[in-house]
Amino acid sequence: MSGIGGLTLTIGLPLVAALVLVALSAYERRAGAATGPGFFQRNGLAIGLYLVVAVGFWAFFIILLPQLAMVDMSFRPKLPPAQMGGPKDLYTLENYRYFLFGSTTSTAEWNWIHIKAFFLTIGVSVVITAFNFVICYPLAFHMAQSATLARLRMLLLLLIIPYWVNEILRAFAFRVLLSSGGIINQLLMGSGITSEPFDFLAADIGLYMGLSYAYLLMMIFPLYNAIESLDKNQIEAARDLGAPWWHIHAFIVMPHSKPGIASGCTLVFMLTAGALAAPLVLGGPRTLWFTPIVYDRFYQAFNWPQGAAYALILLVTCIVFVLVVLKAFRLSLGEITR
Amino acid sequence: MTVSPFQRILFALYIAIFFIYLLGPLAVMGASAFNTPEYPQVWPFEGFTLDWFGKLFADQDMMYGLKMSLWIGLLVVCISVPIGLAGAIVMTQITPRARSLYYLVVVSPVLTPGIIIGISTVVFWRQFTGQTGTRFLYDGVILTVFGQASFISAYCMLIILARLQRFDRAQEEAALDLGASYPQVFFHILLPFLKPALFSAAVLAFLSSFENYNTTTFSILAEKTLTTVLAGRMRQGTTPAISALAVIIVAVTVLGAIVYEILKRRADAAAVQRQRAAQAAEEEELAGMPSPAPA
Repeated sequence: MSGIGGLTLTIGLPLVAALVLVALSAYERRAGAATGPGFFQRNGLAIGLYLVVAVGFWAFFIILLPQLAMVDMSFRPKLPPAQMGGPKDLYTLENYRYFLFGSTTSTAEWNWIHIKAFFLTIGVSVVITAFNFVICYPLAFHMAQSATLARLRMLLLLLIIPYWVNEILRAFAFRVLLSSGGIINQLLMGSGITSEPFDFLAADIGLYMGLSYAYLLMMIFPLYNAIESLDKNQIEAARDLGAPWWHIHAFIVMPHSKPGIASGCTLVFMLTAGALAAPLVLGGPRTLWFTPIVYDRFYQAFNWPQGAAYALILLVTCIVFVLVVLKAFRLSLGEITR
Repeated sequence: MTVSPFQRILFALYIAIFFIYLLGPLAVMGASAFNTPEYPQVWPFEGFTLDWFGKLFADQDMMYGLKMSLWIGLLVVCISVPIGLAGAIVMTQITPRARSLYYLVVVSPVLTPGIIIGISTVVFWRQFTGQTGTRFLYDGVILTVFGQASFISAYCMLIILARLQRFDRAQEEAALDLGASYPQVFFHILLPFLKPALFSAAVLAFLSSFENYNTTTFSILAEKTLTTVLAGRMRQGTTPAISALAVIIVAVTVLGAIVYEILKRRADAAAVQRQRAAQAAEEEELAGMPSPAPA
């Protein structure tokens, strides 16, 4: 979005959207689909203006236009500021080509480092999401269905404490825990299992543990909320009819808590794949993770268009993941963001 | 259901392991804040010290970052809560055809990775302020507030929407019929009804802003917040002063949670009391009246 064209779009898009909305409501009014007072009649002029301005600013200037600007930039060549909008500023796929094949001067056939990091990030995020679901589900079920009120409050309090410690400090806790002089290595050596300290961080074990740990609670709260709304009588009935415990979970609790499961899984996946703090604190020099590569495109290579392209690759992957989960669970977006 | 003792023990073991996993790392980190060695460690415990807290407060960068984080948190609350409120009201009024598209747009930041929000915010505002000659807006604090507001406003909207859906429109109509103006209805009926949700939204907005790193690290430009200073420290190496910071944050969280719990119990107790009093008054009134005809 460089030059005059960009500015026209920036101003024009919100205007067009406003016109479409006005036209749509006028059409619905005429067709009889909508009744009752109009928007400004219903809210008064001052409040109506506040609503329009606040939502308009949010939807366009904070959400949509920045995303569009990023998409636009990812298709542009890297140019010095003086040449932006000039004759060389043409749309190109160069930044995406770089992700696949590396720089034009490199001799390697594919850009293996980036491609590997990308698939490793996605694969590990899926595994961590599944792992977090498995370890959170029993506790969520217990909290929602069988814990007494006093116990429930206690458990919730214990869960909330780590929730507000920021991501960097959570990752730092694992660094303290797993460092070569850390308590885990002291225990391992003290008990004679190993004679040398084991380098958890170089083996990326620290990173994977830290990532799983960081977003554990994003899994447990949606699960808890969903299971909590299940009527206890349904479980009782199934039990009275002789259903084994795993039948109860597979055919009653899980189908009922589908929106919560989908919501927890998409959140954990998205946060893990987009995590920057844990790889930064717990990653070794040879760690492969996609987000630090994106970061380096911007602030090490200073190639913003390329960084935008890499960010877009990650974003599209996340969108595809969310859509696949929704499709697999047969849910709508509204059901998982409650 | 019959639960065998074996199952019971197995489940207790699971809960224990879960909470050791959840709280153990924080406890170890916390303990290292009180140990003397330069490198954060718990064992061997060489001596109790509070020096690391002193070092933390003497750290100029860290204190500056903390100040900026608090400012940005407040600004985000001031922007996100009104936007979330407007977003929720519009959600209940928008034409059904446009609603799903509108929902998709405003909830999308919740499901977008934080770094992408940060990147897109910087890219857009760099171009926009360059083109419109408003370069002064291209500032780390402003951009961070905008970037964080994208998803925090969505959190606020979802919280407020949940309560707004229980709002009885008849109240509003009654007030209008009795001659109230639109702003009066808004300020004297709608806002008081939404007050608990607005309060929760404000607290959540502040905390989400305060602990955010992924979006902030891109949008902060030349400025600093607590999380970006912390990340910088991690690159240089680690000291127990960082553990000391974690101890303070955990202590504040626990204190806040306990105060909230006490207030909530008190409110619950007061509500029960009020209900009992109302019930007693009602029964008294009923006792004084001729018995109603059986329905």
